[in-house]
Amino acid sequence: MRSRHRVWAYSDHVNTDVIFPGKYTYSVQHDSAALARHALEDLDPDFARAVQPGDVIVAGRNWGNGSSREQAVTCLLACGLYAVIAESFARIYFRNAINNGLLALTCPGVSALAQNGSELSLDLDAGELELAGETLRFAPLPPSVRHIVAAGGLIASLRAARRC
Amino acid sequence: MGATFSEKVLARNADRAQVQPGEVLDITPDVVLSHDNSAAIARLFRQLPQASVRFPERLAITLDHAVPPPTPQHAQNHADIRRFVAEQGIPHFFEMGRGICHQVHCEEGVVGPGMILLGADSHSPHCGWLGAFGAGVGRSEIAALWATGELWLRVPETLRITLSGRLAPGVMSKDLALQLIARLGADGANYMAVEFDGPGVATLSPDMRAALANMMAEMGAKNAFIAPDEVTWRWLETQLRRNRAHDWQERLSFFRERALMPDQDAPCARQLDVALDGIEAIVACPHRVDNAQPVSALAGTRVDLAFIGTCTNGRLEDLAAAAEVVRGRRLRARLLVIPASSQVLADALDAGHLADLIEAGASIGTPGCGPCMGVHAGVLAPGEVCISSANRNFRGRMGQRDAEIYLANPAVVAASAVAGEIVHPAHLLAEA
Ligand code: SF4
Repeated sequence: MRSRHRVWAYSDHVNTDVIFPGKYTYSVQHDSAALARHALEDLDPDFARAVQPGDVIVAGRNWGNGSSREQAVTCLLACGLYAVIAESFARIYFRNAINNGLLALTCPGVSALAQNGSELSLDLDAGELELAGETLRFAPLPPSVRHIVAAGGLIASLRAARRC
Repeated sequence: MGATFSEKVLARNADRAQVQPGEVLDITPDVVLSHDNSAAIARLFRQLPQASVRFPERLAITLDHAVPPPTPQHAQNHADIRRFVAEQGIPHFFEMGRGICHQVHCEEGVVGPGMILLGADSHSPHCGWLGAFGAGVGRSEIAALWATGELWLRVPETLRITLSGRLAPGVMSKDLALQLIARLGADGANYMAVEFDGPGVATLSPDMRAALANMMAEMGAKNAFIAPDEVTWRWLETQLRRNRAHDWQERLSFFRERALMPDQDAPCARQLDVALDGIEAIVACPHRVDNAQPVSALAGTRVDLAFIGTCTNGRLEDLAAAAEVVRGRRLRARLLVIPASSQVLADALDAGHLADLIEAGASIGTPGCGPCMGVHAGVLAPGEVCISSANRNFRGRMGQRDAEIYLANPAVVAASAVAGEIVHPAHLLAEA
């Protein structure tokens, strides 16, 4: 099934401090509206103001390098972001994304095609996306990982499975 | 076929004879690290049906990121953590002022050779300097670990860095780390284990090794490793005698049994040879850790605040290097010194380093992270320039978007505090 999304385009090596500033780490933790307000605060002040549910971020290499703070993921979820699609992810960010139910897709070649406001269409089952008239393929997430995302994250999936 | 340390330690934990990079294993870590984020983790944990922590003795919780608490909200966060620690009977709890988790765990023998630590902190590779496996994960994963005791991990590919020679005087392992990161990039070791070997390792002091392993996080490394040698064992024995008088011998034997060495012939994904003699003092410029320049290229850059501290360079040798530079001089920029632990603070006091620093005009903070992540205790104003011994110079990292952070070794930071601009310590000493 194809879904359509508006793109926010960013470059390589976007770190977690500019996604969610460290100074809020122990004061803004669970309040969804506050999380959303600070999303990408030190990267792009327009983002929090104008992001719409269903939008996606398309980024370059090493998205989310730096801190392990999960707010760098949950602040984007609080904005209703559908997915981050990047050339590559920093390893802790990737885990945090999956564990909180944010789709994190690795798609080589995607960032060169992306512009703010472009329209992107996504077919998760086929592992395909369309952007700027081109079709790119990405490796689908393994079933166990998709299961965590679909359940809404690690905690939710553990609860569902009653593994503990 | 030989195996790397990381392959061996993960295989042993998963009860497997051998494993290959890329395999996913269920790992039961020996130590589960968290800090001021423990209250938020406890909130996630309470969403799970299990009421109590599966292995309370494996948790290690340190209050370090915002200490003493700057606001009632931060104080409440600490209070919530203390309550959780008491409820769950968690023995390894370190109060505010004891120091930064990574440093404290090493000093207290919480982690040691051959152990596996997973932490809700991105500098968890730090303990690799003791021959342990440390990797960072997220809060949700730590909550799951508290409940189940286990977590999936992918066996990493290995980047082996073979060191030869010796660092020149005035050059520190921070410079080596910055050089490696500049050369390989901020994602140069993403998902990888970085294992150091070669004759150069023996020339590095414990404090230098700790800074090196710590900084590998800035290259994206999953974990870092330096094989325990005589230097390591001596350090461990001293620490254990000091902090665990009741069971130090037992703990030392436990570490000796647990220690694992990589095979010399272990295949690795990438091999790099580095001559330590060729490393010079360098500075990472705003706003990226891999954006390095030689100190000389930045000479004359104005400095408002010089900060010495953090899990990267807040140890005794770092304070000693700074004290040597500022001794008998007055500062043109503000100098903030925050020891990485109470032990470092006490030792620096004994050695006279604090007196030197204070006489020159430095201010001394409570052991902990200080302004490293911009929460409090020395954050920057708009337009200010900081030179710091920390590990990250990202935009906004020290609390202010429109400020600039340069990263350097503590001697360069101290010299820049004296000059009020970025300068090589040799330049100051030549002037005297
Ligand atoms: S000193 Fe800085 S980098 Fe180290 S644990 Fe604390 S906040 Fe993180």
